[in-house]
Amino acid sequence: MAELTVADRPPKRKKRGWFSIPRNRKDALWFLALALPNLILIGLFTYRPLIMNIRFSTLNWTLGSPSATEIGIDNYVRWFTSGDASIVLTTTAIFAVCTVGGSMILGLLVALALNLKVPGRTVARATVFAPYVLSGVGVGLVWLFIFDPVYGLLAWVLRTFGMTSPRWFNDPPLSLAMVIIVYIWKNLGYCAVVYLAGLQGMNSDLMEAAQIDGASSFKRFWYMTLPLLSPTTFFLTITTILSSLQAFDLIKIMTPTSTGTRVLIYEAYVQGFLAYQRAGYSAAISVILFVILLVLTVIQITVAERRVHYA
Amino acid sequence: MSTMMAPVGAPSEDLPKDRGWLTQKNLIGTLATGFIPLTLATLVVALPLLWMVLSSFKSTPEIITLDLHILPANPSLHNYQEAFSSVPFARIFMNSVFVTVVGATVKVFLAIITAYALVFVRFPFKNVIFIGILVALMVPSQVAILPNYILIASLGWLNTYQGIIVPSLGTAFGTFLLRQQFLSLPKSMLEAAEVEGAGHWRRIWSIVVPVSGPSIATVALVTIVAEWNDYIWPLIITTDPNLMTLPVGLTLLQNSESGPQGYGVMMAGAVIVLVPVLLVFAMLQRYIVAGLTQGSVAN
Repeated sequence: MAELTVADRPPKRKKRGWFSIPRNRKDALWFLALALPNLILIGLFTYRPLIMNIRFSTLNWTLGSPSATEIGIDNYVRWFTSGDASIVLTTTAIFAVCTVGGSMILGLLVALALNLKVPGRTVARATVFAPYVLSGVGVGLVWLFIFDPVYGLLAWVLRTFGMTSPRWFNDPPLSLAMVIIVYIWKNLGYCAVVYLAGLQGMNSDLMEAAQIDGASSFKRFWYMTLPLLSPTTFFLTITTILSSLQAFDLIKIMTPTSTGTRVLIYEAYVQGFLAYQRAGYSAAISVILFVILLVLTVIQITVAERRVHYA
Repeated sequence: MSTMMAPVGAPSEDLPKDRGWLTQKNLIGTLATGFIPLTLATLVVALPLLWMVLSSFKSTPEIITLDLHILPANPSLHNYQEAFSSVPFARIFMNSVFVTVVGATVKVFLAIITAYALVFVRFPFKNVIFIGILVALMVPSQVAILPNYILIASLGWLNTYQGIIVPSLGTAFGTFLLRQQFLSLPKSMLEAAEVEGAGHWRRIWSIVVPVSGPSIATVALVTIVAEWNDYIWPLIITTDPNLMTLPVGLTLLQNSESGPQGYGVMMAGAVIVLVPVLLVFAMLQRYIVAGLTQGSVAN
């Protein structure tokens, strides 16, 4: 480090020689030295796979096998015609809509409560956020135990009210519902804290003016708070959809055989790594997932430019 | 720094009109709209975790029973012993610590120097490069697993530490976050250092890094948590229990202890994975929350 700083010291005014690399070029070299390692890693392990996936998706190829045959778009054709597509896309859509909607609505409600000057709200804020930083694997195991139809905490609660527990593990729609519930539990704190930041950044004079004018608290919420929060809502919609489409840990732990939870990301894993080892087919599903993400992002950005009210 | 933390951290200054929650008129309203929902939300979040801890100390007959008791009758470490004997948990715990420490250190270092280069070093098309990093932020790592697996396998890095660590070393998130922070630093400070003859390397470590402590801490903590919890990649890359990280080890535990009689052991395993993060979070939640919700403020 010491050597570098000495070498880097500008030469005593205007001395010519090998030192006099134009400053621009010297800066360019510094830029490359500092940024290139990270850029190469991102290129190699984030961008390269995107391209390779497209290549792999045209192959009939078993993972680990030395030979592969070129089959063009057959993997895509097979996926869309086999009936897998409709199940997987529907499941993915249900999962995304329920988790995004659920965690955003509940998050907003919690944020509104946190925004009041209630004692203990610092503790509440931290507690509600905590699941977001926890391992999905650990969380999934804990909830599996809670959801157990016989020995689970939930079954016990239901029994005390004279009900019997649904069979969460065997019935596909119920399994999906179970994972959605746990996903919302894990992520609503994130939405709450982001919404809280939005609420606290709002102009309180405006709110008071409306209050003095006699607007009811519901009207103030509906006609002022909510529109003023639209940049936050927009941001959360993007981030929560993106993370919902990437939800893997909970699904893998809670429904290892993808009972009811054949979402795109898990389907790509099951096809590629679990049991089937169909690398080409799995790559095709990954490409489809990526295209969906891309389209969603573009739509959201265009919509945002026109509709979002930037306070 | 203050620009970054303020919206999430500090409670906004009370307005003169605000007479607090104790005013009689407000009390009932506050209780109904604030206190009760918050208590409820806190309980819903905390109870499952409490249940996990309590259950991890229960004996198997106390778990496989229809007659639930909240507290373990004879708290014992039996489940933990069982977890450690059916899976090499001590080794797996140390693997997680090692992978997290090495991975997070390198990532924070790379984030600092990349962000510095993006903000303070002249280079053509820096904005294009930055957009490239932003896009990388949106690419789900899961989409990349198959090509990365094939690459790592061809290097003979399956079941190795470098195989687990290297593919995730590139950091778009840390770069993005620190770039925002570095942009907020006064240019004059850096120019003064340049006039005094401090080169880029020294400007990074003696000026930019010291004044960006909280942001770097934020990036470090978020990275540590992400590395600790990372699942799909180590799951694919390791089949040897001696090289697994904790989340993968938990899967192994789940497979070997399947069925209701395994719940106690699984809860013990979950405690081992979750409690370290909960402790770190409890101590440093301000930074972690700020870091994880950063994009919203930067937007």
